[in-house]
Amino acid sequence: MFKIIEKKALAPKVKLIKIKAPLISKKALPGQFVVLRIYEKGERIPLTIADKDPSEESITIVFQEVGKTTKLLGKLDTGDSILDLVGPLGNPSEIEKYNVVIGVGGGVGIAALYPILKALKEKGNYVISVIGGRSAEYVIFREEIEKICDETYITTDDGSLGRKGLVTDVLKELLETRNINRIWAIGPTIMMKVVSDLTKSYNVPTIVSLNPIMVDGTGMCGGCRVNVGGKIKFTCIDGPEFDGHLVDFDELLLRLKSYREEEKLSLKLFEESEGEEIASFEE
Amino acid sequence: MPVLKNKTPIPEQPVEERIKNFEEVALGYTEEQALIEANRCLQCKDAPCIKGCPVNIDIPTFINLIREKRYDEAIKKIKESNNLPATTGRVCPQETQCEAYCTLKKIGEPVAIGRLERFVADYEINRGYDIPKIMKKYNKKVAVVGSGPAGLTVAGDLARMGINVTIFEAFHEPGGVLIYGIPEFRLPKRIVRTEVEYIKSLGVEIVTNIVVGRSITIDELLKEYDAVFIGTGAGAPQFLNIPGENLIGIYSANEFLTRVNLMKAYKFPEYDTPVKIGKIVGVIGGGNVAMDAARTALRLGAKEVHIIYRRTEQEMPARYEEIIHAKEEGIKFNFLVSPVRFLGDIEGRVIGIELQKMTLGEPDESGRRKPLPIPNSNFVFSLDMVIVAIGTVPNPLIKMTTPDLLVDNRSGVILIDKNTGKTSKEKVFAGGDVTSGSATVINAMGAGKIAAKNIFKLLVGE
Ligand SMILES: Cc1cc2nc3c(=O)[nH]c(=O)nc-3n(C[C@H](O)[C@H](O)[C@H](O)COP(=O)(O)OP(=O)(O)OC[C@H]3O[C@@H](n4cnc5c(N)ncnc54)[C@H](O)[C@@H]3O)c2cc1C
Ligand SMILES: Cc1cc2nc3c(=O)[nH]c(=O)nc-3n(C[C@H](O)[C@H](O)[C@H](O)COP(=O)(O)OP(=O)(O)OC[C@H]3O[C@@H](n4cnc5c(N)ncnc54)[C@H](O)[C@@H]3O)c2cc1C
Ligand code: SF4
Ligand code: SF4
Ligand code: FES
Repeated sequence: MFKIIEKKALAPKVKLIKIKAPLISKKALPGQFVVLRIYEKGERIPLTIADKDPSEESITIVFQEVGKTTKLLGKLDTGDSILDLVGPLGNPSEIEKYNVVIGVGGGVGIAALYPILKALKEKGNYVISVIGGRSAEYVIFREEIEKICDETYITTDDGSLGRKGLVTDVLKELLETRNINRIWAIGPTIMMKVVSDLTKSYNVPTIVSLNPIMVDGTGMCGGCRVNVGGKIKFTCIDGPEFDGHLVDFDELLLRLKSYREEEKLSLKLFEESEGEEIASFEE
Repeated sequence: MPVLKNKTPIPEQPVEERIKNFEEVALGYTEEQALIEANRCLQCKDAPCIKGCPVNIDIPTFINLIREKRYDEAIKKIKESNNLPATTGRVCPQETQCEAYCTLKKIGEPVAIGRLERFVADYEINRGYDIPKIMKKYNKKVAVVGSGPAGLTVAGDLARMGINVTIFEAFHEPGGVLIYGIPEFRLPKRIVRTEVEYIKSLGVEIVTNIVVGRSITIDELLKEYDAVFIGTGAGAPQFLNIPGENLIGIYSANEFLTRVNLMKAYKFPEYDTPVKIGKIVGVIGGGNVAMDAARTALRLGAKEVHIIYRRTEQEMPARYEEIIHAKEEGIKFNFLVSPVRFLGDIEGRVIGIELQKMTLGEPDESGRRKPLPIPNSNFVFSLDMVIVAIGTVPNPLIKMTTPDLLVDNRSGVILIDKNTGKTSKEKVFAGGDVTSGSATVINAMGAGKIAAKNIFKLLVGE
């Protein structure tokens, strides 16, 4: 059992929890993720390690409530435990001195981007961040990001914070006017696709962190396979980071919809019997 | 009394019922049936059957104990060589192992050794385990990576010899393929759990949710433990590498079976993990894994399930009994056809498979006749779900993080000295599918026994 030692709401439907996990906390590197299962009947889902604190032996995860499992996770509180937690999984980000790097983050992806940018900064890079969300309240991790980055640009769809528009608007200007050596883009799959399409024409290496549906996270099911440069790659052991210019995003977008009907049913039943179900697994 | 030519039949769930549930198909001998079958054994002096068993169970002796209704002693006899008899009695390919060598084959069917083994193992499970007394404890610690049959055997044997053992398992539940791969209707998980409990009762600690190579490396384990055994199996699925393979509805057998067995997708939405079920399902391959996947899809409600195999029935590597069961249940077999590409709809879902007809040529290295494509014989077969069961290879994680461990570059298996289980790395042993490629439960256990003996020798001496 893994205990939740802190919980915070960051934005509507976006929550942060700190989980006590000594071994993972000691090992985790930027770019890696965990797989967790909340209770006996639960699904195994992958979530990025947004931060760690070895002194309190904890890891931090930030998640968006989109379906049954993430909603259930959102109901848990400080002091509650989750049944299974495994990690750190996936390859760490390649942190080197590239000179000028941009981190593009959207939605919960901003939290996943944070440890990578922090490490890039520590390595001596000049770090620019471009982060965005639907409106001001969705731009999470803003202070943390501003603290570590040399420049931070914010965009919102409705203009309630920073510039009105998309992260790619700012990115395009930066690409036009500045000499950029490498880009990390983490956020909704569609955002990573648009960013990769854009940076391709400027020939700037772009790393994306993919989020296909997973089961084990250890390379034994192949459910997380993606097409990268015409080759089958397993995101959990070959990734999760790949060269954005080689990823077949259209295929990934379709595959993410594999279980649409089942996810809907699961959520509906959950919302109808919410109280009971939570009580039954807390026993 | 003349010897009965045929095996005593084992009671089974009727076909019409069993294709609608996940209960065990073969129900096991009653005492009366077991006694009839045990009495068929000729008690051959040279006991050729023993050499067919990879762990050399003293078969005539345990069968004779059954005859004398001394079941407690019979199971004790088996357990001298085999820690997991309720499992092997059910899943060993007996027709190529112990039973292949039985003298009775000269006049009819061999003694049903597997069924008798299962009978006494189940007898013990129902009665409750005897936990052997561990005579002498040594101040030595061994880490076992992976809790499949290889890892459980090493752990059980070493624990009985007085060594402290900790098993590290990547999944949330121990058992390896026995838990996530082989379906409930062939090997009930309750049986696997009792066998795992037995290993624990010997003092073995099992830590789940640890992926060695990520959570902790082999080198880190060596700092804390006196020796390490790697029994991580061959769990990485292979794909055909043909166009359209990432369409929705195409699963590796591992993913399909893991969703259903480990994650209990057959109970969705009570359990949260879903699985797709097509109306017409194509299963590519001809081994045990293909049979299990096909029969599972049928039980989940598929209208038609087709095995798609590029050779013929004679070359199929599946256990004979599973092929018979699959046929009885209405699985359709398509031989001498090989997939060329998959066809999908606009939403990226699979809707068909293009197949090419094959013919058999000369035998290849495996001794089986090699399938050769027939030009211009392609045709399209409509279906809405595919399960790819063409084999698995060892997971690369440990190799990636343990550079000084020698691995065969082509097959990915860890290289060992087969007589000792030693790898190229000091104090590191390995066995089971990770060293042989996909094989059998009992072979993995045999390798585990050899490694356990040699680990003991290394740590304690003869
Ligand atoms: C390596 C990796 C790291 C991830 N890190 C994070 C993270 O840090 N924070 C976070 O909030 N999410 C992250 N995800 C996505 C997260 O795993 C899914 O949101 C989660 O599995 C949804 O489960 P559910 O039962 O709540 O929703 P479901 O009922 O499974 O799905 C509900 C909706 O979410 C969509 N969805 C399902 N699975 C995914 C997925 N893998 N990615 C995107 N959308 C999905 C579905 O299409 C559906 O619309 C990550 C995924 C991967 C593979
Ligand atoms: C569907 C199916 C049906 C089969 N049917 C039969 C049959 O009828 N009869 C028969 O004899 N054989 C059968 N087999 C084959 C048999 O199951 C295997 O040969 C046997 O299980 C191999 O045992 P093992 O201990 O080497 O590995 P496995 O059983 O594969 O166990 C390996 C364990 O190691 C864990 N692991 C892997 N990597 C790591 C890591 N890095 N860190 C920690 N843990 C790790 C895995 O999660 C797993 O639990 C079947 C196989 C399958 C897939
Ligand atoms: S373990 Fe397998 S091969 Fe050995 S006697 Fe039992 S059924 Fe036969
Ligand atoms: S070979 Fe057959 S008949 Fe002879 S001892 Fe073995 S099981 Fe009995
Ligand atoms: S999640 Fe199963 S192989 Fe990646």
